[in-house]
Amino acid sequence: MTAQSSRFILICSGKGGVGKTTLTANLGIALAHQGARTAVLDADFGLRNLDLLLGLENRIVYTAQEVLAGSCRLDQALVKHKQEPNLALLPAGNPRMLEWLKPDDMRKIAAMVGEQFDYVLIDAPAGVEGGFRNAMAAATEAIVITTPEVSAVRDADRVIGLLNCEGVKPIQLVLNRVRPKMMASQEMLAVDDVTDILALPLLGLVVEDEQVIVSTNRGEPLTLGAGDSPAARAYSNVARRLRGEDVPLIDPSKERQGLRARIGRLMQTKIF
Amino acid sequence: MTLRDLIDKLLGRQPASAGTARQRLRLVLAHDRSDLNPELLEQMRREILEVVSRYVEIDMDEGDVSLATEDRVTALVANLPIRAARPPGNGPAGSPGDDDPEPRFSARISP
Repeated sequence: MTAQSSRFILICSGKGGVGKTTLTANLGIALAHQGARTAVLDADFGLRNLDLLLGLENRIVYTAQEVLAGSCRLDQALVKHKQEPNLALLPAGNPRMLEWLKPDDMRKIAAMVGEQFDYVLIDAPAGVEGGFRNAMAAATEAIVITTPEVSAVRDADRVIGLLNCEGVKPIQLVLNRVRPKMMASQEMLAVDDVTDILALPLLGLVVEDEQVIVSTNRGEPLTLGAGDSPAARAYSNVARRLRGEDVPLIDPSKERQGLRARIGRLMQTKIF
Repeated sequence: MTLRDLIDKLLGRQPASAGTARQRLRLVLAHDRSDLNPELLEQMRREILEVVSRYVEIDMDEGDVSLATEDRVTALVANLPIRAARPPGNGPAGSPGDDDPEPRFSARISP
């Protein structure tokens, strides 16, 4: 596989805490599980956490820093996942790297990784400053993740503006932490509201799921296990859609059954 | 307006918050995307009103110049109620039109 046919996908949100790293870890595992050679690159040098969510924190020897300095080979720094050998992590280096790291360094390192992998997922830091711009430089496409909250949507919009300026495309949207009940009672922005405002195609919907917290506690992404939770299914579907499979999306506010849900839908009827 | 909004209104309840979120987001994003701060927008509003009032008599208090956004396109929307056309000679050019009840003028400022 050459660098040309590899996909370099930035995972970003602008706002912190909306689920970038969780998506990167789960999507990485899911893609690898579906047979694609996948590398996840922790581009959040200031506050790295991707190693922790993947349960690989104790196996890091070298990082992107040593690879860039030429003091180790790339394959020495890559940490292969034990249960999912198609997945490897390139850990972020010391936070002091932020002082000298340039967009060109990220391009260089992504190109090296791309020689060995089909998918290179780049976990961007929060914010729209230098760290984000470095991460963006390495990407040819992007997944913007947001939640149905005003602050997260506003920050996502800023990030989309920057991605457009940089010519990164396609840009696709993952809507995270959706609460179907709140959407049905119109106390949460609807799926269509968010996709209309941000004008992006929807790649996936992830409902609020307590299992996400359980899995991060264990360092075992949901997509790794046999356990079938709503979020695990959602992440796997994102991976399948990314690979070109046609997996239908569901609107959570329209899927619910029963009298309450039907009344909820009736209440959303536009009367004028 | 949805059925829920109507019932809320009839009962004097606070409307569901998703609608409020939607409106607030649209407004804040229109400003974010155009990179115009409120001061500049106010200055532009005054200047636009000034230019238009050279040609037609407009209601300065009612005049509204704001930003609206849809599909990532931000538009500058001016809603300027015209009281009367300026008599010829007062304005720089022959003033067009008579009393139009809802004349609007709008311009796109970013693709």
